[in-house]
Amino acid sequence: MKIAIASGKGGTGKTTLSTNLAAFLSETEKVVLADLDVEEPNSGLFIHGNLIFEEEKYKMIPEWKEDSCTFCGECQKNCNFHAVIQLGSQILVFPELCHSCFACSELCPVNALPMIPKRMGQLKHFALNNFDFIESRLDIGQEQAVPLIAQTIDFIENNFTDQTIKIFDSPPGTSCPVIEATKDADFILLITEPTPFGLHDLSLAVETMQELKKPFAVIINRYGIGNDDVIDYCQKNGIPIVAKIPNLRKIAELYSKGDLIYNDVPEFKEELIKIRDFIKNEI
Amino acid sequence: MKIAFTTNGLEWNSKMDPRFGRTEYILVYDEEKKEFTSFDNREIENEAHGAGPKTSQKLFELGAKVLITGNGPGGNAATVLEKAGVKTYVGAGEMTVKQAYEAYQNNQLKNI
Amino acid sequence: MKEIVVISGKGGTGKTSVTASFAYLGGENVVVADCDVDAADMHLLVKPDFAKSESFFSGVAAQINPYKCNNCGICANVCRFDAIPVIDDQYTVSTLDCEGCGYCAKVCPERAIEMIDQNVGNWFVSNTRLNNTMVHAKLGIGAENSGKLVAKVKNEAKRIANENNKDFIIIDGSPGVGCPVVSSLSGAHFAVLVTEPSVSGIHDLKRVHELVKKFNIKAGCIINKADINKDVTNEILGFLKSESIEYIASLPYDENFTKAMTEGKTIVEFDNGELKESIIKSWEKVKKLSAVS
Repeated sequence: MKIAIASGKGGTGKTTLSTNLAAFLSETEKVVLADLDVEEPNSGLFIHGNLIFEEEKYKMIPEWKEDSCTFCGECQKNCNFHAVIQLGSQILVFPELCHSCFACSELCPVNALPMIPKRMGQLKHFALNNFDFIESRLDIGQEQAVPLIAQTIDFIENNFTDQTIKIFDSPPGTSCPVIEATKDADFILLITEPTPFGLHDLSLAVETMQELKKPFAVIINRYGIGNDDVIDYCQKNGIPIVAKIPNLRKIAELYSKGDLIYNDVPEFKEELIKIRDFIKNEI
Repeated sequence: MKIAFTTNGLEWNSKMDPRFGRTEYILVYDEEKKEFTSFDNREIENEAHGAGPKTSQKLFELGAKVLITGNGPGGNAATVLEKAGVKTYVGAGEMTVKQAYEAYQNNQLKNI
Repeated sequence: MKEIVVISGKGGTGKTSVTASFAYLGGENVVVADCDVDAADMHLLVKPDFAKSESFFSGVAAQINPYKCNNCGICANVCRFDAIPVIDDQYTVSTLDCEGCGYCAKVCPERAIEMIDQNVGNWFVSNTRLNNTMVHAKLGIGAENSGKLVAKVKNEAKRIANENNKDFIIIDGSPGVGCPVVSSLSGAHFAVLVTEPSVSGIHDLKRVHELVKKFNIKAGCIINKADINKDVTNEILGFLKSESIEYIASLPYDENFTKAMTEGKTIVEFDNGELKESIIKSWEKVKKLSAVS
């Protein structure tokens, strides 16, 4: 089973929920947690396991072969992303701007731009007691998260059984990276805060999930601040609210230190139990 | 030597554009011939990404050896400029073209 | 006219609340540019009237003309993004998957594929309830913020500020370290970095400051929720010193941040104590610092 945890914007508690839920579920189930927020993977700051495997991840980019080039300029014309630039008798390639579409390479009349693998980031696999953690990190300066997210999901599909509960800590927002991270999930948990900002960002995330035709439910974080508008919104739209994590200073303090929360805060653990029951019974 | 300025207009007294990649105009001053050529760069508005490398390439085509601008180019643009053999001076974002040129001659701009 | 950009790297640090408070304090002398287009929340506090609205086009996507298409499938074959499935016996572009590379259009023997400009959202010029002019935008689902959209929003703000002799443009900057934030920073006179003392807060502060440094922009820092973790706050203070970043203020962990937001108010309108004082002092400091840069 694949569960993605997502939110319309950053800073709503996505990572806190993902890491604690994974650790908690692993007490009774087999669990793998993947941090798919590859531009800013922060889950690893809260989880400390043994590194058992790491590999570099690649994307395909063109490499200029000076000897065969006739400087016809076709490659530059064929690149819609300004990733291939001709300066007189030099061709420059900008891997970060390249979308790996292969057009420059395959349309080059003299095969002077073969595609080669170029490192875009790294995948790490950590093992804890009953619990695996996969973290992928895009190298600084790399702009395209989508290929690395797709490869990370492939890695999990190939290395874990269907019986494992797979939790995807998704990137924030409503653009391509979050679509990539959620489109293969069986269920999406959207986390939000009961504030006007939270409601606005939740409604964007809901629109995205509806567009993707994905089943989803809501978890309210920092419950007790703000107002009831998020609850009203969910009721009006028939969206289940699975849990309400209370607003406690203790949680913010533990988070700031990079500690897991549920063992020290019983109120938090109660909400995790509700989420576990929901996953067992409803999904 | 040809010197390129990122500008909001086409005259000595025009204001500099502090941005590099998305500058409105590029003004090139030919020190030997003492004359200006200009390039209207406003089409760059249509580019979602990669404005820096594209404007850098334009500078190369215009034959500039020195670039005078405000904030300075981003990473990709800096790479193209380096390969194109263009020296970059920054810190002229608040000046007019004339003031920027004088500041450059008096070594008051930062070379990066 | 001075351009002040507020950025944070990480979400949830209170960047937008701080920016909106500055907009309140600056009043009619300020043009606001909301460049945090992915999570544009500022309108909830400043209530813009959407006086002027225009479509925004960015990027292209392929479109197959079924009358010219002979269903040879060459396009689907070269597409690396699996964006050309067969639907009802006809090769059709899935716009959500299309990256706009144009490879298919170049190899189509029937010239049946056109690259179409994508209408990805709208941008607006508004009057706010705080007497500012504000330029902002809204993107459709799956559309990404870009350097282009940020430049558009900022240019419009700049034009309005110049025409009306305004003193400041306040930019709610984009998150992350990619093209949109580069465009947010480009041309700014001063950057306000809003952070929080958590392991992820300091990590993201360092990353975003790398960019600020590259653009030679003077920067100052506001530490929000400073009392939540004194050790990390001290670590941040050390970082500011070593990088010559101006220390602007420490704000306490205060629920008035959220309460103000819930009432649709800026903090300085809602709070009457220390928090309000700190933000007023911060704004005065930012004005002073941006004046000399």
